[in-house]
Amino acid sequence: MSLLERRLLFVTGKGGVGKTTIAAALGLLASRRGRRVLVCELEPKGDLAAAYDCGETSFVPRQVRPGLYAMSMDTEASLREYLWLNLKVPVAGRIGTLARVFDFVATAAPGVREVLTVGKLCYEVREEHYDLVVADASSTGHIVGQLAAPVGINELVRVGAVRSQTRWMLEMLSDPATTGVCLVATPEEMPVNEAIELAGRLEGETTVKLALLVANRVLPELFGRGEEAVFERLGEPDALDALGRALGPSERRSLEEVLAAARLAVRLRRNGASHLERLRRAAPSVPLVYVPFLFGRSHGPRAINRVAAALAEELGE
Amino acid sequence: MTSFALDRLLAAKDVVIACGPGGVGKTTVSAALGVAAAARGGKVLVLTVDPARRLADALGVAGLSNAPRRVAPEAFGPSGAAMAGELWAAMLHSKESWDALVRRHAPSARIAEEIIANPLYRNITGRFAQSQEYIAMERLYELHAEGEYDLLVVDTPPSRNALDFLDAPERMAEFFSSPLLRWLTASYRSRLVGLASRPFSQIADRILGTQFLEDLARFFSVFQTMADGFVARARAVGALLRDPQTTFMLVSTLETVPALEARRFVEALARRRLHLGLLVANKALPPSLADPQAARVAERLREDAARLAAGLGGALGGDVRLVERVLAEVGTSFANFRLVATREAELLAELARLHEVFVTVPHLSEDVVELARLAAIGELLFEGAVGS
Repeated sequence: MSLLERRLLFVTGKGGVGKTTIAAALGLLASRRGRRVLVCELEPKGDLAAAYDCGETSFVPRQVRPGLYAMSMDTEASLREYLWLNLKVPVAGRIGTLARVFDFVATAAPGVREVLTVGKLCYEVREEHYDLVVADASSTGHIVGQLAAPVGINELVRVGAVRSQTRWMLEMLSDPATTGVCLVATPEEMPVNEAIELAGRLEGETTVKLALLVANRVLPELFGRGEEAVFERLGEPDALDALGRALGPSERRSLEEVLAAARLAVRLRRNGASHLERLRRAAPSVPLVYVPFLFGRSHGPRAINRVAAALAEELGE
Repeated sequence: MTSFALDRLLAAKDVVIACGPGGVGKTTVSAALGVAAAARGGKVLVLTVDPARRLADALGVAGLSNAPRRVAPEAFGPSGAAMAGELWAAMLHSKESWDALVRRHAPSARIAEEIIANPLYRNITGRFAQSQEYIAMERLYELHAEGEYDLLVVDTPPSRNALDFLDAPERMAEFFSSPLLRWLTASYRSRLVGLASRPFSQIADRILGTQFLEDLARFFSVFQTMADGFVARARAVGALLRDPQTTFMLVSTLETVPALEARRFVEALARRRLHLGLLVANKALPPSLADPQAARVAERLREDAARLAAGLGGALGGDVRLVERVLAEVGTSFANFRLVATREAELLAELARLHEVFVTVPHLSEDVVELARLAAIGELLFEGAVGS
């Protein structure tokens, strides 16, 4: 099935691989396909606001493009909303103390906080406020805890409102036609190692299915068939001499610098390709798409547009 | 600033804490610093706290455990023989470290085992991400207190907020002195819920159920028996971070977002009066990309590709159109990377304004997996392109 036909997508990956960029671009792409989309930054650092250049995001979603809304998670606001919706508790005056009680319980019983934040996203999907909710989720170390939280809570809490909430959340998270994880990696050793490890943990510890692998910041292939040999030949002394003469007597050293830079580009690309090959082999049944390295501006709306275009092409959407 | 700076810095410090945004190579840089420091003499321990076992990968030492292990000098190849000191490595096992902490502070062995067997405890130590930040600093404190090493290099955990570990000891102390903890455990012991707290417990009951709250209370009333020891320890751990013999090494790449985070880090360290010893700009592109003369040559390769290819004639062998495409591609690629290098230069200038001692480590086209390469990076930290 098509990725963007799902209702809830979690975008994750090792810190620094461009999760926010990919989440923002997926949201933009889906909204351009006529869907009403909410993108939520689960660990608010302001990266999503920077991606859309839309001013600060908050718990209340704001429209940033036609049909596209952005918000950032806030546990206390989420608790307030939860209490109001589920228990009709008048929250205005009490939330301070209640939030502290909650904080305390959440410290002791991990999963409570996670159930609230992931629960908020599930709620938006269930109520059909949006066609698609994209979570700019936590880095690999924490996402398993978030997605496994409903299971953990179910084991710890035997009755109560939280328990019944985890039941329908689990149903939604476990349905691969509704919910999926997009795992982002850059073509480097550690991001790929962590992606492979996470793919295994998602399978083993959560009920959520991996929907897409994204290779972000992939360098271009410089040379096609036959060109590589020509390039190698260019580095030999007689070829260098000939080209140096054609360029002018004082350009020889600069020519070597330019060729050295091209060799670095080739090596970086080749090295990256070997890591992406490992990623592909680790999850052969999951589609792997490439997003090119942006030499120009690498963040902000211009970059998001370019990444969305690349994803559109790769996903065939 | 000369190479003397890092030597001098390390002569005065016995703990280096590597910090910085995710994905910038903190683990590699801290391991490299450890290798180079050991090569200069002394007993050096590199402690990594990352569950992905990155240090194990980088050091090529399989199955690092909580207990420090010496890295065999032969593993360094020919350079190993020249190593004046010893390199040790350890990896943080969160659960193992927590259990040790509980056994140390529990009033009796029976209580320790009761706590360790409780599912809530397993949650705190196992699934709960923030607990790792505390236990990392706790483990650092313990290793430091043992006094076995001349230098400890610690790699901080990847956290939600890169600064969490700085506040972790204080938060642990706060946790035990929390009125809520007292309220919860007191209500369990006495079965009397004060009037003031009644609405909260009712709401809590409706959300979580009474049984769960009782489980919580029972657990914390046992857990609280360790409070005094825990709090004193957490304070001592916090003090080690502020100790004059502790310094921080901030690692960043020259990319927009990490550099911005690095700036926040510098400010946060300053606010807490923590000592920033070294700023490392990792994975920098070669400076030749900034050379304007090379840029002109690259542009000519691209613009004049056809003429240059024709001029080379048969010198290269092969198809002239193929040569033309290669020349144009080489020129384009240089222009592309030059764009990135220009951005890097600007970010480097900004970082350099933040802190006087900084080092630039070049982007290596292959991953650092061998100790010899780690050693080379470590040497750069001591001798490489240093600023100020």
